[in-house]
Amino acid sequence: MAVQPPRTLRALLTEIGPVDQVGIEERVAKYTTRSIKKASKVQALKLAVSMVDLTTLEGKDTPGKVASLCLKALHPHDDPTIPSTAAVCVYPRLVKHAKKLLRNSPVKIASVATAFPSGQAPLETRLAEVRAAVEDGADEIDMVISRGAFLAGELALVQDEISAVREACGPATLKVILETSELETYDNIRAASFLAMRVLRPGDFIKTSTGKTSSNATLGNNQVMLDAIRDFYLETGTPIAMKPAGGIRTAKQAIQFLIAVKETLGDAWLNNARYRFGASALLNDLLRQLAKEKTGAYQAPYSFTEASGSY
Amino acid sequence: MTRLPITKTPKCYVGGAFIRSESGRVYAHNDSAGAFACNIPLCTRKDLRNAVETAAKAGPGWSKRSAYNRGQILYRIAEMLESRAGEMSAALALTGASPTTAAREVRASIDRAVHYAGWTDKYESLLGSVNPVSTPHFNFTVMEPMGVIGILAPEEAPLLGLLSMVLPAIASGNTAIALASHSQPYPSILLGEILAVSDLPGGVVNLLTGKRADILPTMATHAHLRAVYAAADKTERTEIQRGAAEHVKRTVFIHSETPCDWFEEKAQGPYQIRHFLEAKTTWHPIGA
Repeated sequence: MAVQPPRTLRALLTEIGPVDQVGIEERVAKYTTRSIKKASKVQALKLAVSMVDLTTLEGKDTPGKVASLCLKALHPHDDPTIPSTAAVCVYPRLVKHAKKLLRNSPVKIASVATAFPSGQAPLETRLAEVRAAVEDGADEIDMVISRGAFLAGELALVQDEISAVREACGPATLKVILETSELETYDNIRAASFLAMRVLRPGDFIKTSTGKTSSNATLGNNQVMLDAIRDFYLETGTPIAMKPAGGIRTAKQAIQFLIAVKETLGDAWLNNARYRFGASALLNDLLRQLAKEKTGAYQAPYSFTEASGSY
Repeated sequence: MTRLPITKTPKCYVGGAFIRSESGRVYAHNDSAGAFACNIPLCTRKDLRNAVETAAKAGPGWSKRSAYNRGQILYRIAEMLESRAGEMSAALALTGASPTTAAREVRASIDRAVHYAGWTDKYESLLGSVNPVSTPHFNFTVMEPMGVIGILAPEEAPLLGLLSMVLPAIASGNTAIALASHSQPYPSILLGEILAVSDLPGGVVNLLTGKRADILPTMATHAHLRAVYAAADKTERTEIQRGAAEHVKRTVFIHSETPCDWFEEKAQGPYQIRHFLEAKTTWHPIGA
């Protein structure tokens, strides 16, 4: 017999309505059948480039690696018509190194904070990490929620923590990582989305995953969150932004995600203030497909810079 | 009670799996008497693109295997072909080869696999060298595989011709994508089934079927293919060279205007392997 979700969670689900799992999966399966070609494909690819949060989150990251990542974010390719990416995403210790290169540039600096990726540190420590990152120059903070508390039904605790982090952010944009793979059901993802959105400011993000677990952003959980954003927007008028992260490696996938945005939230969300991709390998594939569209010949992946190691 | 015939759906062997063309298209394949035999996938440039991706993924693993192990696997191909020799002969006879000719082509194909199985750990000592230099250095030239090789197999000798082009490419650690004979595709379908059980890692050999005109331009221009090995006529050769020039791709041709004897000794050997090798020379100081 299935375990009943905690009472608080059931109450929230009654209020916001559950998710039709079969319906969601059927719907997202159709996104993969759209035919996007030629000029519209080029437009979608360039839009996707401008939405990338170019990410490196590894224990072996160094200031040098972050520097090359920043340069790549500023000028992804020789082609001047290709925009720079939306942001780079690094660990808090490396924010000041990124700041040196990205000061006065359109590329923002995002930093994961709050004991990423587990979030298992005392709240005071997490808030101190957020404040330090913002002080070093981070424009955006990616926080993780306490999944354990959420699943145990301590929803008020989770929400209070998000509020506390939001306060600590000051002017910086906040992105709340739900870590969908650990929430286990679409219902929980929807509930967590609402929980976060109710304490966020317009323009703050909800984000699927850390990229550190086995399963990351999928069209399915992306759709559940987009639906939640739409319902919340219609109800309150507050536009919340969205960032799927992890597992989006190919241009084809990125276009499918954009189709989901277009068909769920409309053109207002098709810009990098409202939608982002948290990715490392994706950028190179986008550039590769843009080069293919330009030259007509399929390109080899090694013709595109790999700054170092992992991306 | 009569039993309904269970006919096989021919599928292409790509990435260790059996695929239909992404286009969903097929072409009818008739036997020598003109009767319908089966539908063969009509692969497109997108199938080629997908095959290149999977071949590129398989490359590092295949080239890192020891030369001896690659030899064992190539020999295993011969073993598997031997055990299905009857079926393969029947496949060749489908398009008109006499039973004797078909059996001879299968035998020669098995021998060819054994031939290249022997070469995998020997060509290096023949083609590589230790070079005399006037400074206190050891100077070596070692042979390394190029990467992903595109192959356009000849129309005739649908098994022997195909294998004679694929085997020397993969013997050194390259991976290959081959377009099989358009008029006699069925032996390549069967060959895929044989390769699938030959311990050959998925993606090392990828066999497509379809029209040359659909595949050739993309094979010529695809930057990820490091070389094209083609049995081609004058017009096709020109087109391949034009496309290959953009990314400085190596081209190796078999002129299809002149009949090629695939059975002869000249159709095999280490110099076929050398077509798809890159020479790397290193200087190593001799101890002070």
